[in-house]
Amino acid sequence: MTSFVCNFPFMTILMSLFSGAVSSVLPSKWARRWNKILLVLIAIMSFATMGYCWRLGTYYTYSMGHFPAPWGNEIRVGVLETFMAMFFSLLMLLCMLGGEVERELEIEQSKQSLYYVLANLLIASLLALIYTNDIFTAYVFVETNTLAACGLIMIRQYGRTMEAATRYLIMNLLGSGLFLLGVTFLYDLTGHLLMGNMKIAVAEIVEEGVYTVPLIISIAFMVVGVAIKTALYPFHAWVPDAYGYSTLSSSALLSALVSKGYIFLLIKIFMRVIGFDIVSKTSVADVLFVYGLIGMMMGSLNAIRQKDIRRMLAYSSVAQMGYIYMGLDLGTEFGIVAAIFHIISHMATKAMLFVAAGGLAAASGDHKEFSHLKGAAYRNRMAGLAFLAGALSMIGLPLFSGFISKLLFAQASMEQGYKMFFALAAIAISTILNTIYFMKAVIIIYTPVYSGEGNRIGGRIISVKDQALKVAVFAAFIAIDMILGLFSDPIVRLLTIGIQMFS
Amino acid sequence: MDIMHLAGNYAEAVSMILFGIGFTNLLLQKNLIRKIIGLNIMDTSVYLFLALKGYIYGRKAPIVTDGVQSMESYINPIPSGLVLTGIVVSVSVTAVMLSLTIRLYRKYHTLNMDEITTIINRGEENK
Repeated sequence: MTSFVCNFPFMTILMSLFSGAVSSVLPSKWARRWNKILLVLIAIMSFATMGYCWRLGTYYTYSMGHFPAPWGNEIRVGVLETFMAMFFSLLMLLCMLGGEVERELEIEQSKQSLYYVLANLLIASLLALIYTNDIFTAYVFVETNTLAACGLIMIRQYGRTMEAATRYLIMNLLGSGLFLLGVTFLYDLTGHLLMGNMKIAVAEIVEEGVYTVPLIISIAFMVVGVAIKTALYPFHAWVPDAYGYSTLSSSALLSALVSKGYIFLLIKIFMRVIGFDIVSKTSVADVLFVYGLIGMMMGSLNAIRQKDIRRMLAYSSVAQMGYIYMGLDLGTEFGIVAAIFHIISHMATKAMLFVAAGGLAAASGDHKEFSHLKGAAYRNRMAGLAFLAGALSMIGLPLFSGFISKLLFAQASMEQGYKMFFALAAIAISTILNTIYFMKAVIIIYTPVYSGEGNRIGGRIISVKDQALKVAVFAAFIAIDMILGLFSDPIVRLLTIGIQMFS
Repeated sequence: MDIMHLAGNYAEAVSMILFGIGFTNLLLQKNLIRKIIGLNIMDTSVYLFLALKGYIYGRKAPIVTDGVQSMESYINPIPSGLVLTGIVVSVSVTAVMLSLTIRLYRKYHTLNMDEITTIINRGEENK
């Protein structure tokens, strides 16, 4: 017995793809409106599906086309997937609204509607990555996601962004090449493309113990591919330019959504394709754990040295990716829950920080360097407040979501003998490093400017009245962050149930 | 023994060597066009590998022309389908990469990635 709600996940994917095509011929005003309506619709439909799955108490699969399971393509829907889809679309809506003014200024008038084509393509590929149950489809949408993200960087056309887009594309293609090779190996070993069937075949391989080396190689290829695409520490060289110079909503989207889509796919590969027990036993997990820890340190250390607020936030993203990888490779199911909580917490916080940094820069004569941002929080009070909230959340103060994710990571590491020490030490050191650079930024923006200095900075005062939309966006961001921080219990329970349904 | 194994699967070995060549070219070449060539070699080597895995010696492509419907006389069609999908993906990626290259060349009159970075950084200092 299938209810009509079952069709919603498939419909959201198709709707976003279709809107992408339609937006290319719409005038930019209508494309913008339609994009907002689409994102709200996706959020509502995902919420409805989540309610359906919750009542059903289990996941369901939805076959695409008329071929049954081992041959055809299918999507699989559970509580976690629908929750992520809802969160992704809501966050994307906030990012799009938050960067709207900058986007109008920075992108050529004739290319405005193309931005929405790319944005719709991005959400379509993210939804497909969330829902798909077929590994080759996942590869195709990984590439789609890369292309959409590359377009979002290069649509603001000047030298820096074109160079950043080229570097982004080159690194991401290396990553997807490795990922494709890993997928090919795994397909060769298992003979299946659907994730459920692959898992059974992988379990057989491990039991027989014949093809374990190729299996580990294929896992390693996929993991390294995704690690390059998500900017895990040694592969982060493309991050600061891509996040630092593209238009505001693109930076927010790239750091909040795009990398999270890939990491969700990696979680899916771990849990659903290979099986979490098998992954945790391989050396791949340990290597990834170590790189996660190094990433937490090095990202923050690099962030301290930055003179530009957007580049600082970009390096901070690298550090936060390290947290997520650390949680994934603790080897406990609770570690995965912590990692997913950190994914949503970081999505909300980092998007808020990017939009707030844009607001602060706008109040300082469009300069992003700290030397110009002095006193910016007094010129744009709401952006200053949002930046403060985001910074406190990133540091991990109670009330905010960052605290809960650090707490969850610490709890998850308790179950795990020797890894506990390293994880706790890394969290402690990284918290101190986070405090150094975020507090430096907060102190700079809250330092009053003397009347003589005002002319040098060339700032202007942006009151609440001038930017009603942005104030609403900031309020929504702060609200999401505090809801995640204050009422984390039901969310953690939801994620735990979701993970059980997921694997 | 292992060497014999490798010699028996020489085609797979070749495809992996090609993957390595393509990967290092995409990563290390400074010239953008050479990078793109590397990208294509890399992708194609994976398709070669996939096609090899789907091929069964002595059988034909699964297109029924002479009325033979037995499964025993055809190769596995799924890898071929995957190769087709992959080719579409790599064509679109190459197109985007080439268009970026054209834009960079028009603006900076060079294809060397390092030179482009140097020019951009110099422009930033003068500002």
